[in-house]
Amino acid sequence: MTHTILPEMIVPRPLSRGPASPDPYLPGTPGSDPLLTVTGLTVYRGSRRILDDVSFTLARGETLALVGESGAGKSTIASALMGLLAGRARVTGQAAFDDVPDLLAITSKGWSGLRGQRIAMIFQDAGAALNPCFTVGSQLTSVLRRQLGLDRATARQRAVTLLDSVGLNDAAARMSAYPHQLSGGMQQRVMVAIALACDPDLLFADEPTSALDVTIQAQIVRLILDQTRAKGASCVFVLHDLALASQTCDRIVVLYAGQVMESGPSDVVLNDPRHPYTRLLKSCVIEIGTHDLDPPDGSVPGYDDLPGGCRFATRCPRRLPRCAAERPPLTTLAGRSLACWNPETGE
Amino acid sequence: MTMTDDPIAPQRRARKQARRSMFIRRPFFTVSLIVAVGFVACAVFAPLIAPYDPVQQSITAMMAPPGGAHLLGTDSYGQDILSRIIYGARYALLIAFFAILIGATGGLILGTAAGLTTGWVEWVLLRVIDSILALPSLILAIAVIAILGQGVDKVAIAVGISMIGPFARTVRSDVLQVSSQLFVEAAGLMSITRLTVIWRHILPNIVFPLGVQITVRVSEAILVSSSLSFLGIGVTPPTPDWGLMIAEGRGFVSFAPWMSGMPGIALALLLIALAIVGDGIREEFDPKMRGHQ
Amino acid sequence: MIAAHDVAPAHLPDTTPPEPQVLFELVEVEKVFMVRKPGSLFGGAKVGLPALDGVRLKIRKGASVALVGESGSGKSTLLRVLLGLTRPTQGHALYQGRPIDQVRAEGPAFARQVAMIYQDARGSLNPRMTIAALIAEPLRHFRICPEADIPDRVHSLLARVGLPAEVADRYPAAMSGGQVRRVAIARALASEPTVLVADEAVSGLDVSTQAQLLNLLRRLQRDMALTLVFITHDLGVASYLCEEIAIMYLGRIVETGPTNAVLTAPAHPYARALRRAAPEFFAPISDPLPGEIPSPLDLPTGCRFSGRCDVAQADCHLSDPALVRLGGGASDRAAACFHPLLPDANTDLGHTTATHLKRDIHA
Repeated sequence: MTHTILPEMIVPRPLSRGPASPDPYLPGTPGSDPLLTVTGLTVYRGSRRILDDVSFTLARGETLALVGESGAGKSTIASALMGLLAGRARVTGQAAFDDVPDLLAITSKGWSGLRGQRIAMIFQDAGAALNPCFTVGSQLTSVLRRQLGLDRATARQRAVTLLDSVGLNDAAARMSAYPHQLSGGMQQRVMVAIALACDPDLLFADEPTSALDVTIQAQIVRLILDQTRAKGASCVFVLHDLALASQTCDRIVVLYAGQVMESGPSDVVLNDPRHPYTRLLKSCVIEIGTHDLDPPDGSVPGYDDLPGGCRFATRCPRRLPRCAAERPPLTTLAGRSLACWNPETGE
Repeated sequence: MTMTDDPIAPQRRARKQARRSMFIRRPFFTVSLIVAVGFVACAVFAPLIAPYDPVQQSITAMMAPPGGAHLLGTDSYGQDILSRIIYGARYALLIAFFAILIGATGGLILGTAAGLTTGWVEWVLLRVIDSILALPSLILAIAVIAILGQGVDKVAIAVGISMIGPFARTVRSDVLQVSSQLFVEAAGLMSITRLTVIWRHILPNIVFPLGVQITVRVSEAILVSSSLSFLGIGVTPPTPDWGLMIAEGRGFVSFAPWMSGMPGIALALLLIALAIVGDGIREEFDPKMRGHQ
Repeated sequence: MIAAHDVAPAHLPDTTPPEPQVLFELVEVEKVFMVRKPGSLFGGAKVGLPALDGVRLKIRKGASVALVGESGSGKSTLLRVLLGLTRPTQGHALYQGRPIDQVRAEGPAFARQVAMIYQDARGSLNPRMTIAALIAEPLRHFRICPEADIPDRVHSLLARVGLPAEVADRYPAAMSGGQVRRVAIARALASEPTVLVADEAVSGLDVSTQAQLLNLLRRLQRDMALTLVFITHDLGVASYLCEEIAIMYLGRIVETGPTNAVLTAPAHPYARALRRAAPEFFAPISDPLPGEIPSPLDLPTGCRFSGRCDVAQADCHLSDPALVRLGGGASDRAAACFHPLLPDANTDLGHTTATHLKRDIHA
């Protein structure tokens, strides 16, 4: 049983929303040219299904947010699609990327020319992702020389330009800095520069700002959006902050314990959540001026203790007897895809 | 607000399952544990198991090869090697036990003191530990033997003293690590006195890693004590000690290899078994290594 | 804090004085750490690192105060000063009118009244003690109740933080992140404190768990008439939990006042930048604040925010503004800025002089 989100399911964004002047940082209209189509992605670790039949589509030039609480499997999706789970978990399903029929079928050798070049990744902890023994410049130039085959002088020149473009002032001098000599925000800028060094088509950003202060977070988010838009790349953000997802992403996939609960254009899903979990998640977000929170009891269950049907059934305020027994399929409702037997009716 | 679902129960169940299957998951550990327990049983029940008196000499059965009446053969005095190995386990484990007792106690006191003091007291204690560590344990044990003289009790003391240094060093680093933990600061914030904090919060957290250290160092103690006997400065003949037996057979290796070989195999077997058991215990129960599984 | 608004809980007896008692008072507190000069491998060349500089703060009984700032703002040092763990290099840190470190040294009374919840709740609990033993420790230490009543008291504390009684026999390692925070809260409440100091007590948790904990803390604060000092980097959390706010930047409080007023119309440009950087549903991403927090070893001359401030003027680079009351003596807001962004304020020169005239020393 597979549930593909077909491009025609994506409804155009209502024109009435947002300010009259086009703002470049508001999510744009999703394109219809699919870049990544994930179908029935399932990841087993031992007998545990840590991702259960995940499907979504990403169009060229689009930004997509994978959101959910810890244990939702957000980062696992990114790792599975980057081929980083090989040997550690069993992966089934299909992920068509551009002219590659299935990313999940690629063996280790097939990744050369793909990973790091056409698909790049930015990690949460840039300090740990950068090698502490080498200067920022040598790490960046080695990427450029290996992936693009540039000679030393050209690579160096290109590296300085890249560092400059990600907002590292005095880029030429920063080339000889070691990662620990840079602040967390600067390290994340270097990560962005390395990820974008080969003009990738697809960029995974795994919680790129959660280790940073809020003012730096705004800088980095804006940098990633600017850079990917300028290069026409698509971007998948792994986020836990719904408000940030609404600000940065065209489309959103809400995950719970490895299952897709709801997915669609972020304004449609977040303005009028129909899945009880999306509604719950949104009701727990604290914005300035929030005065009442009504969180549900309990927490995300462990993988040893999952209900058989909809995994949210144990905490769901709208559960029906069939929810725990039978998994609801992803269906189209009010402009989004939704897996629920008893969805909210909306306003 | 109450917790309706309970995420702990499944975790607990999973841990119980893990404990039950530890012997299945680690076959080498299980085999080694059986071997080690076998040696301990030999040591405890030596008079019941051993076919001969270990010091009974026999002119008629000198240097008999393994087989028949003497399963592992006899030595140059006609003493039964199997019986001597069984009794030898008794001495090896006895020496190791008391040596570890001395080393761990001394190391705990010295290491805790060095970890908790500051200034010149710490400096002096650290130099004491350094000076013990400066000599390899065998050399230090030889020096102590030179002062104390030979004998089973003297060997235990000598080996024990030589192990105070390594124990003290690891205990001190554990003390420093635990002292910097937040719960120690939290206790201080509650104005709990320093001595109570040490007794209630710091010591319980270093006793466990010390236990792990002990399982790893037992084999070292056996090796050093056997080395002393091999060098002829440990226990005195005719005590059935493995090191001594290996040394006695040295001259006959070309035509009676079992004389050195059998106690050598016994020693190697016990050391390997203890090392695997120690590693298994550490990997299974050390919280620091738990994340790497 | 200057604020004295409705902080006295309604159910307290009528004898409560109209002006609540000041619990903590920091007067021009300065804390300089001596550190080795960066770049010098050998030799004892040391330089002073000012972690706190000219901090003034009043915390009244029953108030809920949020200390907000980014990393490097000095909020952790301020916390240690409030707890009496660090003695200020200059100025006075007072608890009920007496130096905090002195009060702490006198005995367990201060430790009993001021309880602390750490950000790393798991690290603040001894892993070799059961939950029951952990909560019983302060009960015994402060002799809160007779030995025989301890198990009952432990259970009632667990119930108060929403944990079932059967967790009492477990160890912290067997509990989830949210539950460990609840245990830490129960342990803090065991000594029946009047002040609860919490350092990022809800950060790093899932949103639903965070919301549960925030509701718990808010209910406890109201029910037990606790004074709450809450350190956070999240303005949403600050506005949900605290009636007063103090925003810190580079070792100095740059703006204080009632949380609602400050966050609705921030007066300090840094407070406004923080406010804008907080994610908000479907709001366009605002222009981020340029640059990064400078090193305290290399402070800019004049206002320490002047290098990143978009409304900085010539005088901002010349002298360092002190925290002054905004809009006259009756106001409960203060900001350390020569050109505060009040709703009626423009950045023109004429108004600047007017705000200058309004300045008076805030104490």
